[in-house]
Amino acid sequence: MGTPSDMKLIDENGRRLDGRGDEELRPIRITTDVLQRADGSVLMEWGGNKIMVAVYGPREAYPKHTQDIEKAVIKARYNMAAFSVDERKRPGPDRRSTEISKVISEALSAAVMVEKFPRTQIDVFIEVLQADAGTRIASLTAASVAIAAAGIPMRDMVVGCAVGKVEGRIVLDLSKDEDNFGQADVPMAVLSKGKEVVLLQMDGDLTMEEFDMATSMVLNASERIAEIQRNALVEKYKGENYPEIEGSEE
Amino acid sequence: MPKDGSAVLSEIKRGYIETKLKEGVRSDGRKLDEFRKISIQTNYIPRANGSAFVNLGNTKILVGIKVESGEPFPDTPNQGVLTTNVELLPMAFPTFEPGPPNDESIEIARVVDRGIRESKMIDLEKLCVEPGKKVMIVFVDIDILDYDGNLIDACTMGVASALSTAYYKTDDDKKEQKLPVRSLPVAVTVSKIGTELLCDPDLEEEQMASARLTVTLNDNGNLCAMQKGNSGTFTIDEVKKAIAISDKAGKDVRAYIKQVI
Repeated sequence: MGTPSDMKLIDENGRRLDGRGDEELRPIRITTDVLQRADGSVLMEWGGNKIMVAVYGPREAYPKHTQDIEKAVIKARYNMAAFSVDERKRPGPDRRSTEISKVISEALSAAVMVEKFPRTQIDVFIEVLQADAGTRIASLTAASVAIAAAGIPMRDMVVGCAVGKVEGRIVLDLSKDEDNFGQADVPMAVLSKGKEVVLLQMDGDLTMEEFDMATSMVLNASERIAEIQRNALVEKYKGENYPEIEGSEE
Repeated sequence: MPKDGSAVLSEIKRGYIETKLKEGVRSDGRKLDEFRKISIQTNYIPRANGSAFVNLGNTKILVGIKVESGEPFPDTPNQGVLTTNVELLPMAFPTFEPGPPNDESIEIARVVDRGIRESKMIDLEKLCVEPGKKVMIVFVDIDILDYDGNLIDACTMGVASALSTAYYKTDDDKKEQKLPVRSLPVAVTVSKIGTELLCDPDLEEEQMASARLTVTLNDNGNLCAMQKGNSGTFTIDEVKKAIAISDKAGKDVRAYIKQVI
């Protein structure tokens, strides 16, 4: 993890720098249909993170050699805006964002019914407008909602959270300082109902027991985050008038 | 990994592998938590500061280390720099093409780098010559020569062996000294085929697997890096089982590396 530092990350009352308890999430807000052109879109606000996600497709996969005759290919593109971090980030893909795009694409493929759309691609464009730790999981959680909002069939939603170790304690949803100066970082995402792990990375130093504790914290938190995802989708359809189906009345 | 005519497994082979797995053995006779034969030759490239030629079954990779002086990153002025690059050479597989690194090779390089870095194997502070101005940069370059599965583990053992046997000198030094190495991380990749978990997948097993999980363990038995790959899923119990397999299988790998360094 980051550079060693004498920075105190937990105060004398056992509270974290931003006043949170060990298992407390930062505020999360998910808004759907924030863009007009895209088939599905989401603005994810998670702590100080502001992430815009747009979904296009399924549409014909291009270039052609990327087509899969059996299923749709999910092409997530995780990109950080130049102004999203303290020091200006040079625009364009780098090695970190290439890796994140890959693991996000793979995680989403487990949830989307890709077999229904052979030879197509589903584009998931992720723009991190402001980064504040935990962007890959926030992006993935948002992308799952954006795909659902685009009306693409899914077998389950993807939901996740980062968990880490700070001054020897396992804490949920690392803040920027905790991410930079903590002892471990475990981004993890699961299928909402099935609880199968679709994304798991880890760096730092953890004992096996600490890892077990970390995973159960993520599973607990994912229930709470899934609720926020669900509410965002309910909000999308609220107030829409659906035609009555003839013959549905007794 | 690659999908094309030359890489698609026949249904017969697929069926054979699946049937064997149900009996708890693999098509090449290995147990589920058993590595293929490992052989590592260190100092294969005397012109490099450190090197290791790794055979993992039929997978062949070559790691070369170059240590040169340069500027530190602004946020770590008193630390040396470690950088890792993987080249999937066209000679290694029919569908590998020349060109800049693709997402496949970037992922391998980053997972290998993460294991080495997070284990604190190299004491980067000892590689500082003049804070903020001059530090030693450790370039880790990996050539993939022949591809038969499990590149991440092969590369990690190669890098660990090469670093452990590397010498360098600064511009002012007269004599070469050993790199400041203080631990030995070992990566073990576990693939999932059907509901079976097996370590060190060969190419055929990789093609059949729905997902993989790489677990890098340090000397003290603690986890220092993990990476799940591919679009399949693991249950929480399977993740724990995979960690246990990594722990067990990694012990043999570590014992072997200790012999050659």
